[in-house]
Amino acid sequence: MFPEVFLSLSIFSILMIGVFIKKSFNLIFNLSSLIIIVTISIILTSPNNMEKIFLDSFVRDSFSNYFKVLILVSSLFVLNSSKNFILDNKLDKFEYPIIILLSILGMFFMVSANDLILFYLGLELQSLSLYILASIDRDNLRSTESGIKYFVLSALSSGLLLYGCSLLYGFTSTTNFELIANQLNKENTGAVFAMVFILVGLAFKVSAVPFHMWTPDVYEGAPTSITSYFAVVPKVAGLALLIKFMFVPFSNILLEWQLIIIFISIASMILGAVAAMVQLNFKRLLAYSSIGHIGYALAGVATGEISGYQSAIIYISIYVIMNIGAFSCLYLLKKDGQYKENISDLSGISKKHPMLAISLLIILFSLAGIPPLGGFFAKFYVFVAVLEKEMYTLAIIGLLTTVMSAFYYLKIIKTIYFDDSLITFEPTKNRTAQVSVFASCTILITFFLYPSVLNNIVNTLFNN
Amino acid sequence: MNFPILSTLIFLPLISSFFILLSKDKTSNISSIYISLFSSIATFFLSLFLWYSLDLNVSEFQFVEEKSWVNNFIKFKLGIDGISILFIVLTTLITPICIISCVNSVKVRVKEFLIAILILETFMIGVFCSLDLVIFYLFFEAGLIPMFLIIGVWGGPRRVYSAFKFFLFTLLGSVLMLVAIIVIYWLTGTTDITQIYEIKIPKDYQNILWLAFFSSFAVKMPMWPVHTWLPDAHVEAPTAGSVILAAILLKMAGYGFLRFSIPMFPIASEYFTPLIYTLSIIAIIYTSLVALMQDDMKKLIAYSSVAHMGYVTLGIFTLTKQGIEGSIYQMLSHGLISAALFLCVGVVYDRLHSRMISTYGGLVNYIPKYSFLFLIFALAALGLPGTSGFLGEFLVLTGTFKKSYLAAMLATFGVVLGAAYMLWLTKRVIFGVTNNSEIKKMDDVNKSEIVMLITLAFLILFFGFYPLPLMETFSVSVNSLITNYETALISN
Repeated sequence: MFPEVFLSLSIFSILMIGVFIKKSFNLIFNLSSLIIIVTISIILTSPNNMEKIFLDSFVRDSFSNYFKVLILVSSLFVLNSSKNFILDNKLDKFEYPIIILLSILGMFFMVSANDLILFYLGLELQSLSLYILASIDRDNLRSTESGIKYFVLSALSSGLLLYGCSLLYGFTSTTNFELIANQLNKENTGAVFAMVFILVGLAFKVSAVPFHMWTPDVYEGAPTSITSYFAVVPKVAGLALLIKFMFVPFSNILLEWQLIIIFISIASMILGAVAAMVQLNFKRLLAYSSIGHIGYALAGVATGEISGYQSAIIYISIYVIMNIGAFSCLYLLKKDGQYKENISDLSGISKKHPMLAISLLIILFSLAGIPPLGGFFAKFYVFVAVLEKEMYTLAIIGLLTTVMSAFYYLKIIKTIYFDDSLITFEPTKNRTAQVSVFASCTILITFFLYPSVLNNIVNTLFNN
Repeated sequence: MNFPILSTLIFLPLISSFFILLSKDKTSNISSIYISLFSSIATFFLSLFLWYSLDLNVSEFQFVEEKSWVNNFIKFKLGIDGISILFIVLTTLITPICIISCVNSVKVRVKEFLIAILILETFMIGVFCSLDLVIFYLFFEAGLIPMFLIIGVWGGPRRVYSAFKFFLFTLLGSVLMLVAIIVIYWLTGTTDITQIYEIKIPKDYQNILWLAFFSSFAVKMPMWPVHTWLPDAHVEAPTAGSVILAAILLKMAGYGFLRFSIPMFPIASEYFTPLIYTLSIIAIIYTSLVALMQDDMKKLIAYSSVAHMGYVTLGIFTLTKQGIEGSIYQMLSHGLISAALFLCVGVVYDRLHSRMISTYGGLVNYIPKYSFLFLIFALAALGLPGTSGFLGEFLVLTGTFKKSYLAAMLATFGVVLGAAYMLWLTKRVIFGVTNNSEIKKMDDVNKSEIVMLITLAFLILFFGFYPLPLMETFSVSVNSLITNYETALISN
């Protein structure tokens, strides 16, 4: 667990720097990026065999390593592309990057946990950091409101989760995932009961319907830099945890949880498609679109097969790339010191900002899942896995909601390309956001040249 | 043959669109236009070379390229036979014509328009080359993006509605095809169509899979009753967009029936023949009547396209040699004729900015060259012997008579209606009384317009009198298609 040790030690040391040096935001921000890069290299150079420590409660394998790298890389992009936004909106408190690092540490424990207690501790470390992040703009009413809203609802779901954990412990008399898996079977009704509570808690964390209520409000209320973090990183960790739960402790009661996941998946896909149609705020729209996307990823999980889990992992990876691109575009919409976030503000930007317009075009068509862009392959792999299990209803509903959601993505494209130009944005000096947009678009366009690049990595994750 | 000639053909337009992106035109767009024209003409000659070097005596796919794409799953497989080569040549012929036409008609954002056209050409050639279901789907769907933008950015007043309708209709049809493709993969373990031809899909699955493919092709074709997106899209699209839409995009569906539906699901194709007959006959008669009542020229031609596509589906599903050959011939000739008619409408639209029939009248007195060419195309569209339009319809009707007298009688009645609306259109636009004083000030066709229209007129007349080069190209492939279909039915 070398990366975790390194990460926690460095968090404490930069915290000290922040306390004793005045106006140290820039220094700490750069140090945090450096810490993230070093952590990535530690993980990439670490041996690839599986290792369990602390009475088998912590596991280090290729599965957790993949997610850790994904979390770190996406945080790196999110953090750096939002730097100008943070400075412009006077959010440059030195705690900002430190809290992000702490939440990353929490997610590390989530994806590596092999024990109910460790998993819960990691989850809470992450959640506590996120509560603070949501309300980091503490003089802003909206931001504070979103923080409180997120805190209350998340605390409720954590309570349910904890209740489920204690039930599970009560019925299986162990907290270790593998031992739980051995004890569970259909006859163990109490444990099935516990499984439902745990599933509710996890569905809340990935904002799947019907536990999605917080998402639009928090996305809209929180500062954009935080929203982009919310939309990307905790989703990855949440999905990893969900897959882990289905794969290890609940693997023997597949039929029991499969139906719940199918329901959650269909509900998320439909709500994500329908509710987003009427949104006027870009961040709110992305909130609903993320609900829909989680629905597709859950469709892969719902198969209960390794190929399905793999497709869900591929889905979430491509989702991360698309969302980093979409949010980085928001950092480029600056006018008179204000960042615009209404869809109507994008009106006709293709005339004056052709490169920004074409990037948004690529990202939006990819989110809609139109070939040959990356988003299509994400959906394609999920449906291949779903149809392997002959779940035709799920597949057809999924594809019909794809058409429905294409409608609102097209609406944004219409605003960008077909409408008259209203606003000229300031020429941006935000190079890091441009780099993120460019990287995201390049990956999405060139993905079709070698679409099995992710498959090759993901195929190795479930070997041990 | 190690040189990847088909990949070159597909990606040449795409690569040249990058050069257009990099070109630094500020005021005029001369260099972008020259780059795109040069690359599209190069693509055209490359496709002619392919046609020339294609061995017409074998029915197997030629110039096959195969690369591993998604590991152990999908291969990037390309190949052509006698049927697909002609559609490729049609595509590469129509694209330079569109580029020439946009010099006159597109005034804003010319550079982006050329990029969209070239990217679209890449996807269209890809559709006709692909020998793998997933690759086919990829190209088939990807074409929506540039076409959506062409209609939406450069279109007419109701462009937003039309672009959305076009996109969502087509997407809705296609997603079911995607489900079917994945199901086929799980049934046969491959998405390579040459292997699927041999493996044979189980009988129980054929009907449902056929319907899934049908939903996509019927929208794209378009067949009654899902044709309603076409008139809207045609009317609002800029001239070049209408030309591509009518000449090539609609042919993808007919090609899809020939390449996928019939060889992969022969039993279902037999089973659903009455359905296709009914829909085709309704399309022919109903849309011809609708076309008769239009006062918008583009809308009239759009409805006539639906009717002509009715002959294509009718001919394909007669599953006789005459019927299928007639359909292919009809598709190719309709590609030329409808392109020419839309260009003709574009020519007068650029001058008077009206598509209404009532605006015009008596054009023959003021712009005779234009009127002469328009007359040729109108007569070709109604299937006058001596033009390419005749032979396709004639063969389709011959094939249909073999199978069903009733269908053939009704389709023949459609030919009469076709003559009625085309002649009436000509009468009102070209002849008649001039009420509009602006017509007297109109210029006749300029050089670039005459190049495009003469090329098309020449080809229409040439293939009307001398159909052999086309017939010889696809004859062997059609024979093997029918033989395979009949053996599949007998072995059932």
